[in-house]
Amino acid sequence: MPARGQRYLTDGFNVDTISTDVAIIGAGGAGLRAAIALAKTDPALRIALISKVYPMRSHTCAAEGGAAGVIKPDDSFDLHFDDTVGGGDWLSDQDCVEYFIHEAPKELQQLEHWGCPWNREADGSVAVRPFGGMKKKRTWFAADKSGFHILHTLFQTSLRFPSITRYDEYYALDLLVDDGRCQGVTAMEMRSGQLRQFHAKAVIIAGGGAGRMFPFSTNGAIKTGDGMAMAYRAGAPLKDMEFIQYHPTGLPNTGSLLTEACRGEGGIMVNKHGRRYLQDYGMGPETPVGQPQLKTMELGPRDRVSQAYWHELQKGNTVTTKWGECVLLDMRHLGEKKINERLPLVRELASSFLGIDIVKDPVPIRPVVHYMMGGISTNTTAATPLPGLFAAGECACVSLNGANRLGSNSLVELLVFGRRAALSAIEHIQGLPAANAAALNARAEETQLRIRELFSRTDGTESLYGLRKEMMDTMEKNVGIYRTEEGLQEGVSKIHELRQRYRRVILTDRTNVFNTDLFQVLELGSMLDCAEAVTVGALARKESRGSHQRLDYTERDDRNFLRHTMVHHQGLDVPRVDYLDVVITKSPPGVRDYSGDHK
Amino acid sequence: MTQMKQRQVQLEVLRYNPDTDTEAHFQRYEVSCNEEGVVLDALNKVKETVDPTLNYRWSCHMAVCGSCGMMINGEPKLSCHTFLRDYEGVIRVEPLAHFPIERDLVTAPDDFMEKLKRVKPYLIPKKKKPISEGEYKQTPAQLMKFRQYSMCINCMLCYAACPEYGLTPKFIGPAALTLAHRYNIDSRDGGRKERQEVVATAEGVWDCTFVGACSEVCPAHVDPASALQQMKITSSIDWIVEHLIPGGKSARDTVSREDAGDIS
Repeated sequence: MPARGQRYLTDGFNVDTISTDVAIIGAGGAGLRAAIALAKTDPALRIALISKVYPMRSHTCAAEGGAAGVIKPDDSFDLHFDDTVGGGDWLSDQDCVEYFIHEAPKELQQLEHWGCPWNREADGSVAVRPFGGMKKKRTWFAADKSGFHILHTLFQTSLRFPSITRYDEYYALDLLVDDGRCQGVTAMEMRSGQLRQFHAKAVIIAGGGAGRMFPFSTNGAIKTGDGMAMAYRAGAPLKDMEFIQYHPTGLPNTGSLLTEACRGEGGIMVNKHGRRYLQDYGMGPETPVGQPQLKTMELGPRDRVSQAYWHELQKGNTVTTKWGECVLLDMRHLGEKKINERLPLVRELASSFLGIDIVKDPVPIRPVVHYMMGGISTNTTAATPLPGLFAAGECACVSLNGANRLGSNSLVELLVFGRRAALSAIEHIQGLPAANAAALNARAEETQLRIRELFSRTDGTESLYGLRKEMMDTMEKNVGIYRTEEGLQEGVSKIHELRQRYRRVILTDRTNVFNTDLFQVLELGSMLDCAEAVTVGALARKESRGSHQRLDYTERDDRNFLRHTMVHHQGLDVPRVDYLDVVITKSPPGVRDYSGDHK
Repeated sequence: MTQMKQRQVQLEVLRYNPDTDTEAHFQRYEVSCNEEGVVLDALNKVKETVDPTLNYRWSCHMAVCGSCGMMINGEPKLSCHTFLRDYEGVIRVEPLAHFPIERDLVTAPDDFMEKLKRVKPYLIPKKKKPISEGEYKQTPAQLMKFRQYSMCINCMLCYAACPEYGLTPKFIGPAALTLAHRYNIDSRDGGRKERQEVVATAEGVWDCTFVGACSEVCPAHVDPASALQQMKITSSIDWIVEHLIPGGKSARDTVSREDAGDIS
């Protein structure tokens, strides 16, 4: 039996090596899709699918509403393009959007062929539902558990492929970079504490977002930005990190998401006077109750709807509940039958967490941190600027979503760019020079030393939970729905201070087996790296665009900021910021219009 | 703003660390929690304020990721969906029954993962067609036939509840068999025969003694017991067709499938 911490404190190199062709970090929607694409394209490839959780636990499972792809005769690629680009407040790269909208229906059909239980029309074709900011009904859905079904369909399908070797509950630590390219990753097997290194010709990161930087979030505990931080530390820039999406309809006590489909199916939002207040914020005129009209009122985009809540709060129009200030989401007029058929999870969540039956009463809700538009900078081929490193899903910023993601684009993004990352990785590994194993071992030893230092630290003064709380409070206070120069200055210096103090965090548990104290300490490090990129990017962007709203720079400024924020890691120093132009192919920046057909 | 009410919660948690302990033991904690909270909230409070060395899995806090299954007062439950308001006195928390303990409340699901793979829980199409030809048609009624069985979150509570799995670890068990059934009765699927080699065996459906505990504890209302009963009936019909009806066997062997047509 090993003594406490022995595995990291013994002298000498103690990292097992696993050789593979492609290592994938993260086994949610994007990681699984990438793994399947690799296995199908070249069955001889060795694929290592590494995740800190079993694939079914990945946060893709919590996505509810659905996935957008053009299939109906009244819809068109151009309309999906316009909705996405306008929804993103013209910060999307239009070549990326173009690629995405054409791939989307193919990917959704592919999932159908793999068994995904999409809802159907009477004639047996796939059904679509309306979603916020979309001009046509184009959201494929599996009740209100679409992400869950996509994840399980992909996971179950992945079991067909013997070339996919899963490393479940391996916590990935550092990328191995040598000769200017990414050649693997170090990871810890959680059940033993053993360090391993994966020598790979290419690495795909599909590790999800970092919503847990905030105290009130729809995100699961695992959403700590490990993949983003790992790429960032290895020299790949993070892009557009200041764009944080608040979902307008979270449960006020737990932050659990009530899907946008609540509004797509006809739910209305009212303030304490019973007024459908969205009409007061450029999303009117009021539409008849129970007759939702696309791209207007409750079917406005998430940034605008969440921002309207903030104004109602300032005006004193919110409802005071025992869970805090709220507005009301009223779905009673939908009737029990439709609610049970289309929104069963919503009914169950409101009932168990708030004790409210949505069939009989309106449900109090408020905006909640939901999604990061920013992430590891990638281009339309899912490649990062670091050769050999690819990224897909929420952890990546391929610049599909711009300054505000439309609901139901992200589940498709996982599929389209998960597959694209796989194809790009295959191209990359053709004709590569042999790896220098000694150099990779030296990199892996740096990981071992980092962990060993944590285990042997005797001058620790900072508590994990203390630092984490300060980070969350800072993010909520200074980087919320509306931001100011003063608040962001405070946010930047506070997060910078926390990163310095993090060097003295205390690891309480110094044993080897499934040490969640250790993983939470490491996750906090990832989140602090991400938080610094968010605050620095937000301070530098002196304009209001999409989800980044400043009270001191209230207008969009295309002359200075029609470009992507690129944040580069500089060790413990403040990161360096530069910019990359947005790719505009056919849609010049225009006015975002959510007033329906009213002109 | 009115504050949410707090209450004292006493937990008795099974602890075991293979690095340091020779055997498992119970540890008592007392924390103050929001009265609307769940058992997971109490565990998180313990970890943050009392004992950072306590270990358990959790993520979504909305009963869909399936991570946080554990025994709560002897019953298999998702701790994120087990409300403190339903309990009085000391709440006993133990790792999920019938699985080996890795540490504290963390169990090793290897056996379940292996069985899941064995039942081929993926669509084996009746007739393969390319993506360019669009979706397989499926009516809402055909969807409803299997949808309930596709809701399994793989939380393994049914394995912890199943007396048969406790006695006969080879039993494939409720969740994996139910997923096999989910695909068998999907109108697009033609793979039942392949799956029967695993499921219509003594370790498969015929090992189920129909106690129904699986369905009682299922947090996703999947009702594995009904799936297993339906499988027993269809397996019996198979036997009759094969053994009593002339030409019956060849009539069932009409599945064709190849991988052509998928995109990568």
